[in-house]
Amino acid sequence: MASARGELPPWVDLGLIPLLNLVVALLFAGLVVLIIGENPLEAMWIMLKGAVGSLKGWGYLLYYATNFVFTGLAVAVAFHAGLFNIGGEGQAYFAGLGAAIVGLGLEFLPWPLVIPLAILASMLFGAFWAWIPGYLQARRGSHIVITTIMFNFIAGSLMVYFIKDYFRPVGRMAVESREITGAYILSFREIGLRFFDLRLPSTPLNLTVFLAIIAAFVVWYLLWRTKLGYEIRAVGANTEAAIYAGIKPQRIIIITMAISGALAGLMAVNEVLGVQHRLLLEYVGGAGFVGIAVALMGRSHPVGIVLAAMLFGLLYQGGAELSFAKPLISRDMIVVIQGLVILFMGALEYAFRPALAAIFIKAED
Amino acid sequence: MTPAIELIGIDKRFGAVHANKDVTLSIAQGSIHGIIGENGAGKSTLMSILFGFYAADQGEIKVKGQPVSIKSSSDAISHGIGMVHQHFMLVDPFTVLENVVLGAEDGKLIGPALAKARQELTRLAQDYELDVDPDAIVGDLPVGLQQRVEILKALFKGAETLILDEPTGVLTPDEADHLFRILGQLRDQGKTVILITHKLREIMAITDHVSVMRRGEMVATKDTKKTSVEELAELMVGRRVLLRVEKGKAKPGEVVLDVKNLTWKDRKGTPRVDNVSFTVRSGEIVGIAGVSGNGQSEILELISGISRPTSGQIVFEGKDIGILGDPRHVREEGLAHVPEDRQHRGLIATFDASESSILGWHYDETLGKGFRLDRQAVISRCKAEMQEFDVRPADPLLTSAKFSGGNQQKIILARELERDPDLLIVGQPTRGVDIGAIEFIHKRLIALRDQGKAILLVSVELDEIRSLSDRILVMFAGKIMGERGPEANERELGLLMAGVTEDAA
Amino acid sequence: MDLSLIAEVLASTIRLSVPLVLACLAGLWSEKSGIVDIGLEGKMLAAAFAAAAAASYFQSAWLGLLIAITVSLSFALVHGYAAINQRGNQVVSGVAINMLAAGLAVVLGNTWFKEGGRTPALPVDARFMPIELPGARELAGVPFLGDLAKIISGHSILTYLTVLLVPLTAWALAKTRFGLRLRAVGENPHAVDTAGISVARLRYQAVIIAGILCGVAGAFMSTSLSAGFVRDMTAGRGFMALAALIFASWRAWPAFYACLLFGFLQASGNYLQGVHIGGFEVPVQFINLLPYLLTVVLLAGFIGKSIPPRASGIPYTKDR
Repeated sequence: MASARGELPPWVDLGLIPLLNLVVALLFAGLVVLIIGENPLEAMWIMLKGAVGSLKGWGYLLYYATNFVFTGLAVAVAFHAGLFNIGGEGQAYFAGLGAAIVGLGLEFLPWPLVIPLAILASMLFGAFWAWIPGYLQARRGSHIVITTIMFNFIAGSLMVYFIKDYFRPVGRMAVESREITGAYILSFREIGLRFFDLRLPSTPLNLTVFLAIIAAFVVWYLLWRTKLGYEIRAVGANTEAAIYAGIKPQRIIIITMAISGALAGLMAVNEVLGVQHRLLLEYVGGAGFVGIAVALMGRSHPVGIVLAAMLFGLLYQGGAELSFAKPLISRDMIVVIQGLVILFMGALEYAFRPALAAIFIKAED
Repeated sequence: MTPAIELIGIDKRFGAVHANKDVTLSIAQGSIHGIIGENGAGKSTLMSILFGFYAADQGEIKVKGQPVSIKSSSDAISHGIGMVHQHFMLVDPFTVLENVVLGAEDGKLIGPALAKARQELTRLAQDYELDVDPDAIVGDLPVGLQQRVEILKALFKGAETLILDEPTGVLTPDEADHLFRILGQLRDQGKTVILITHKLREIMAITDHVSVMRRGEMVATKDTKKTSVEELAELMVGRRVLLRVEKGKAKPGEVVLDVKNLTWKDRKGTPRVDNVSFTVRSGEIVGIAGVSGNGQSEILELISGISRPTSGQIVFEGKDIGILGDPRHVREEGLAHVPEDRQHRGLIATFDASESSILGWHYDETLGKGFRLDRQAVISRCKAEMQEFDVRPADPLLTSAKFSGGNQQKIILARELERDPDLLIVGQPTRGVDIGAIEFIHKRLIALRDQGKAILLVSVELDEIRSLSDRILVMFAGKIMGERGPEANERELGLLMAGVTEDAA
Repeated sequence: MDLSLIAEVLASTIRLSVPLVLACLAGLWSEKSGIVDIGLEGKMLAAAFAAAAAASYFQSAWLGLLIAITVSLSFALVHGYAAINQRGNQVVSGVAINMLAAGLAVVLGNTWFKEGGRTPALPVDARFMPIELPGARELAGVPFLGDLAKIISGHSILTYLTVLLVPLTAWALAKTRFGLRLRAVGENPHAVDTAGISVARLRYQAVIIAGILCGVAGAFMSTSLSAGFVRDMTAGRGFMALAALIFASWRAWPAFYACLLFGFLQASGNYLQGVHIGGFEVPVQFINLLPYLLTVVLLAGFIGKSIPPRASGIPYTKDR
C-alpha cells in the first residue's frame, strides 16, 4: 500500500479528495431517489429552492445549521485530541436540563441576566455529561466510544424521568415542561415585532445563531491560538511526542471531553430557549449524530464545520420541502445522505487516494 | 552434502534504502549457522525474505538443492522453514497447545490436533529439553518459556531449518544457556539452525559457521573454529573513514550530571538499565556507544523525565531530577533533550515547522502571555532559528514532515539549544541525515561543548561517538561495560559492544 | 405477586431476549475476529424492514427471513470492505451503517407502502407464529408445571433456533479450527499471518456470520415479535447487545445470560409501567437505563473486568 501513503499536493488531499467523496455520496443518494422512482435532479432543485429560495427557507436553514455547528464543533474538538465522542446526542439532551432549571427557576430575574446564566448552565451540564466518560477513559481506561454511547441511552432514560416527574405541570398530557416565557425574546421574529415593528416570516431562527458563530471562532482560537489548544492537538497527533514535551495526555483527555460536551450542550440554548421555549422529550432529534457527519465533512476545522453545517441545514430544510412536494420521498432521505457522507468521508476516506496518487505520480514523471 | 538452504544473489530495496545487496549464502545441513552484523546491516531483512515475509527484488532461494518460490510464510513453512521472530508471534490468552496447533490443525476440529500436539510436546520435551506446561496460558509465561513455545510451534509444523532472530535479547544469561543447549541438541538430531545475532560471544559459543553482514552486504563466511572474536569484530565494524571533526582539547569543569546506581526495570521485571553510574562534566562530551536495545534509549528517557527510575539517582546540578519524573520540570531545571526518534518524539509530523519548533517549550511566557499562544511570536522565532541553523527551506509554515531528515534534526537542535541549557542529552543526532547536515550538527555540538556546556551523546554510529566524544562509555545488556578515551581503537570498542570484556576474550 | 404473572414476565423475557442474543452473538463473532461492530443496530433494523417488506409482498415469513439475511449481509460486507480492505475507522463505518439503515428503511417503506414508513400489518401466515410444544396444553391447569409450560412453550421457531445457536457458537469458537483461528486473529493477527493463514479471509468470514445473525434478529423483530415494521423499531437493542457483549467479556454463554438479564429488565419494565408499590410509582426509566449503567460501571473496572480482544478495532498492516 505504498501508493496510499504517497505524497499528494495539499489541494488534492484537502480539496479534491473530500469533494470527490462528497460527490460519490450524493451520487448514491441520487441512486436511492431513482429507485424510489423520482428524478434526482428535480429533487435536488426542489430542495435548493425550498432552502435558499426564500427568506423563510434561509431562516430554517440557519436554524438547523446552528444546531449542527454546535454538535459538529463538539465532535471536532474531541477529534483533535484523538477522541471519538459519539455522545453529543446525550450531552446536548442532558444540557437541556441545565437550560430548563435556570430558565424556569430564575424566572423572577430580568431576562438579560437569565439567558446568559441559562447558556452557562447548558454548557456546564453538557460538559459534565462528557466529563464522566473522559474521566473514565483517562483514569480507568474505559473506552470512550462505548461509554459515550452508553451515556446517550442513560441520558435518554433520565431525561424522560426528569421531564415526566419534575418538569411536567400538573394536569398536562404532553410530556414537556411549562414555558420559559422570558426566552421568547431570543427569536428574530419576536425581536422584529417588538423593537422594529417588522413582520418577519415565522421561522425558528433566533439569536443563538450568533452564539454558533462565536463558538466556531472560540474553538478556532482555542485550538490554534492557545497553549491548551496546542496541547490538545499535540496529544491527538502524536501522544509520544506530547509526553516528550511534558504534556499529560490524561489531563488533556478529561479537559477536551468537557469542552466537547459544553459545545454539544449549547444546542440546548438553540432548542430549549431559542425555539421550543420549553423542555421537550427527544428534542435533540439526532443532531448529535449529524455532528459526526459535519465534523468529518468540515475536516474538523471551524470554517469547514460552519460550511458543512449549512449544507446539512440546507439538506434538512430542503428535505422537509421535498417531502412536502413529493410525498414519495420521505424526510428520512436526509438520514440516508448523512449515512452516506459519514461512510464515504469517514470510513472510506482513502478509497480513491491510491488511484489519484497513481495519476499524480504518473503526471509528475 | 547438499546445503539445507541456499540464497543466491538476493537483492532488496526499501525505497532509498538498499537493505540487501546481492547477498549469497549457503547453509549446511545439520549445522548452526550464525549471521552477525551491526544494526541495520540487513540480517533481519534477509531472513524475512527467506521466511516469505518480504519478497526479494532479485535472487533465488534453494531448499535442499531445489529452487523454490517462497511468496508467503505458508510457503516457507511447507518447505520446512520455521522462524522464531524477535517479537514473538504468540496469542497471549491461548494455551501453549492452542498456540502450537494454530495453522497446523489438521482437520475441522482441533481436538485431535491438540491431542497429537500434547504427545508431540512430551516427545520434544524429552528430546530437546523443551519442557513447557502444555496447558499454561502463554501470556502468563516468562519470556524464556514463551520463546520455547515459538520453537515448539516451528518444530510441530515440521521445520527442518529453524531461523532465530536475536533470540537472546530478551533472555537472562541462564535462559540463554538453556536455549543454546536446545539448539545444540536440535543440530545433533539433524536440524539446521540459523542464528541472527550481534553478540560475538554467542557466535563463538555455539555456531559451526558464521557469516558477517555489513551495510547490506555479505562480507565473509567463516568456520567458527578458524576465526576469532577480534577478526569478527573487525569484519562487523569494518574500516571506515573517520569523519573529521575539528576540535580542540576538552576543558572539563564541574560535574553537571551525576548518575548513581541507576536501575530501571520493564513491566516484566527485567532490568533494562542495570545499576549504571557515570558523570558528565561541563565542557565535555560523553558518548554512550552500543548496539541499539542495550539500555541507551532507556537512559535518555530516564534523564529527560519521560520515565521514572526503579532505583538510583539522577543528580543534575546538585538536585535529584529522577524523582520528578516530569519532562517539563526537568526542562525547567536547564536540561535540553534531542530525542532519538525524531519522527515519533522530536516533532509532530502533521504540525507546521513553527509549531514543532516550540514542542516542549510551548508554555513559555515569551510565546504568549498566560493561556495565549502568540502565533506571530512563534513564527518569527522559528524563522530566526531556521536562519541561524541554516534550515532549508526556511519556511516556518511548511509541514514538519516535508523537511528532509537533516533539516528536521536542525529544527529540533535549534529548539533545544535556544534555551541555553546547561546539559544537552542527545540521541542519534545524525541518523538518516545527509552528510552536509551531519557536519553542521557535529560542529554545533562541539561549539556547545566549547561554551562550557555538558553533553551526553548516545549513538549507535561508532564513528560518531569516536569523533565527538571526550570520553566513551560502552553499554551492553543494560550495563556499562567500560569507559575508554576517544583514542580507543574500533576493535576494542567493538568487543565491548558485543559484551566481551578484555579478560573474557 | 402471583405465579402466573411471574410466568408471564418470564415468557416475555424470553421473547425480548431473542433479538438481543442474536445481535450479541453477531457482535461476538465480529469482535472476536478483531472487527468492532457498532453497526449491529443498523443491520438489525435494515433486516427488520426487509423481512416485513418481503413477508408482506410474498406472504411468506421464510422468504422474509431470507431477504432480511441478504440485506443485513450486504451491510455487513460494506463494513467489512471499509474495515478490512480500506483499513477505515471501524467506529465511523458502524455509525454510517446505522444511519443508512435507519434512513433507507423509512424512505423505501414510505415509497412502497405509503404508510409513513410502516409496513402493512402481517397476517398470521406471513409471520413466525408461536409453536405450542407437545404436552403444554395438558399441563395448563397444573400448578407450577403449568406455569413452567407457559414460559417454555409458545415461542416461534426462531426463538428455539436462537437457543440452539448459543451452545453452537460456544462450541465452534472453542473446538473448531475456524474458531481457534478466529480467536487468534482478534488477539494477534501477526501470529495468524506468520502461521500462513489469511487475516482478511478470516475477518470477512466473521463479518459475514455477524451479518447473517443480525438478519435473523431483525426478521424476528418484525415478523415474530411484531406483525410488521415501524420506524426505529429496534430502539437501541443493537447497542444493548453491545453492552451485553462487554458485560460478558466477549464469551458466548455469559453473553446469553447477560442478554437474558437485560431482556428481563425490559420485560419487567413493561409490566411495572404504572404499578405503584407502597404509594410510589416505580420509575421505569431507571430499569431501562440499568443495562447501560451496569456496563459503564463494569468498563470502569469497579466490578470485575471486561477484556476485549486485543486487536479489535485496529486495522491490520503487515509492517512491524
